[in-house]
Amino acid sequence: MGLADVIINHIVYKNFKKDIKMTYLDELEEKSIYIIREAYSRFKNIALLWSIGKDSTTLLWLIRKAFFDQIPFPIIHIDTSFKFKEIYEFREQYAKEWNLKLLISKNEKALQEGMCPEKGKFQCCNALKTEVLKNTINEYKFRALLLAIRRDEHGIRAKERYFSPRDIDFKWNYQNQPPELWDLYKSGIEDEQHFRVHPMLHWTELDIWKYIYKEKIPIVSLYFAKNHKRYRSIGCACCCAPVDSNANSIRKIVKELMVTKTAERSGRAQDKEDSYTMQKLRSLGYM
Amino acid sequence: MQKENLSIIITGHIDHGKSTLIGRLLLDTDSLPKEKLAEIKKISASLGKDTELAFLADQLKEEREQGMTIDTTQIFFKTRKRNYIIIDSPGHAKFIKNMITGASQANAGVLLVDVAEGLKEQTRRHAYILGMLGIDKLIVVFNKMDLINYEEKKFNEVKNELLKFLEGIGIRPYYSVPISAKEDINISKRSSANMPWYRGPCLINALDGLKPDIRIERKPLRFSIQDNYEIEGKMVTVGKVLSGTIKQGQEVILLPSLKNTRINSIKVFGRHIKETRAGKNIGLILDDPALAKRGEVIVQKEDTAKPTTQFKANIFWMSDEPLKINQSFSLRCANQDTSCIIEKIEKRIDSSTLEIIEEDARELKMNETAVVIIRAEHPLVIEKFSFVEDLGRFTLEKNSIILGMGIII
Repeated sequence: MGLADVIINHIVYKNFKKDIKMTYLDELEEKSIYIIREAYSRFKNIALLWSIGKDSTTLLWLIRKAFFDQIPFPIIHIDTSFKFKEIYEFREQYAKEWNLKLLISKNEKALQEGMCPEKGKFQCCNALKTEVLKNTINEYKFRALLLAIRRDEHGIRAKERYFSPRDIDFKWNYQNQPPELWDLYKSGIEDEQHFRVHPMLHWTELDIWKYIYKEKIPIVSLYFAKNHKRYRSIGCACCCAPVDSNANSIRKIVKELMVTKTAERSGRAQDKEDSYTMQKLRSLGYM
Repeated sequence: MQKENLSIIITGHIDHGKSTLIGRLLLDTDSLPKEKLAEIKKISASLGKDTELAFLADQLKEEREQGMTIDTTQIFFKTRKRNYIIIDSPGHAKFIKNMITGASQANAGVLLVDVAEGLKEQTRRHAYILGMLGIDKLIVVFNKMDLINYEEKKFNEVKNELLKFLEGIGIRPYYSVPISAKEDINISKRSSANMPWYRGPCLINALDGLKPDIRIERKPLRFSIQDNYEIEGKMVTVGKVLSGTIKQGQEVILLPSLKNTRINSIKVFGRHIKETRAGKNIGLILDDPALAKRGEVIVQKEDTAKPTTQFKANIFWMSDEPLKINQSFSLRCANQDTSCIIEKIEKRIDSSTLEIIEEDARELKMNETAVVIIRAEHPLVIEKFSFVEDLGRFTLEKNSIILGMGIII
């Protein structure tokens, strides 16, 4: 081969490389869509747990893509009744705009009996989130739930599988998880079990924001700075603290996250009580 | 500018320092939230230990108390060059299935050896598994150089032994890096004071020196059907392009049913496209949608691919129940699912020493590997792993629990 051929080959190769290059956000999206479709294909009776935070709203966006905007299953909101008012407003607006089959679940009994964070954060999360989730799954006989947890959020979540089986008592047997190879996800379970499916396990907080920016996904206004404060992670109004920030646009949030040294969930009370609260909560079925 | 991502599995024998190295990488690349280190200090003290960097990766209470990694985990850090996803893996023989779970998600590997202790059972087994999974971008790291006084001679001894073993399984590592994770030597900067004889890069520069694969798609079309949806009165066949390109108007065959049809159009939410390529999950509107079933593979009309019921493979057994010849399993490969038997175990091999234990064997035990002949009940569309990865790898399962993995050779 002469020098001219070498040069031509090199140019062809370079253009080809440019042409076939998927950005890494595309790759994250492709993997998530495959998992979402796989969960539906295998289990049919599934649902999304939508907390209305940035992660599960992004997951909802991916689900709309996976099913060409005709989502064939319900979207559950576990409502502790302590959420921010902006969350409720967002829920009403987009449930309508995106034509969602919204299923709102509340632990009315515990609320009547006065359950609140003051009775203990662990007890409150367990009663108003985990318990009500259990009841909803039992009532509708869901075989799998889609959740937007990510490995980079919390060390204990980094141990999760994409398809994670839970037993009848919701227990997560983290000491003996099934192997999970490539994209051959676990497909069968015993009757009384259900699956937690985590299509966004491989995303980071920064990826989420870049993707929100790229796709122009609508997001609750609490994430944007007002009076030098913003929320990085949202949940119940009483258990979330804002962080110091002037980031009032997605671009600025991305910039902020590229240099931050503060953990994403630093404002979340339930992570903090002791080092293993999250492990305990999760082994009992917490999200 | 978007930085690229690279996921790397850290492997090696138990106690050779994998989790400690990961803690060190996080610390040196300034990737830790400020409260994290304080938490680790507190927990280490409560267990009566010095600050244990391994706890940054070992998050389970049981892992910290027992001082060993049980399950695989993934941790993120970035250098100036790129974003890394570090996959930690347990080094105990009992948890090989968790190591394999982590390795199946990696693009590159670090194999870590305690230079004072030398090669151990899991060093060799992990190397073998990485080779089997096609992870050929490998860095070998010699940890605990402080324990041998940073001596070149001892380092070379261990290094040569490992390189020889790797050569036998067809792996040529990109770099051999001596370090001390505990003493922070040669991680983020070269340490000429301790090891003037070492001329290679520090570990972070070695990682940054790895080049990700560029997939050049001159391969034939393989599209795996995942499901069918009815969208606005039309049947949409969804699935993934495993290799090659797919185009509107293309004449295709469905395998193994051998039915002909044509790609009427490609459907992607929110966009209009006429052509796409490997890696994409898309919807297809076929001229005859009734044909498409999950597990079928769409190929170009002129393609000569032939579905098969009998083939040779290399398998790794990870269940404590031995595999027995002629016992039936379910086999999954891409979206294909069939029952099968292992007809013949040609060679039963120790996955650490690579010694052939037995030819024409009757059974295979946990952590053993073998060359086998498989007979499937239904025809499968398969390819060599080196040609189309998704069609060249499979799992063997019973009651939907993965017992073994296989690579088509």
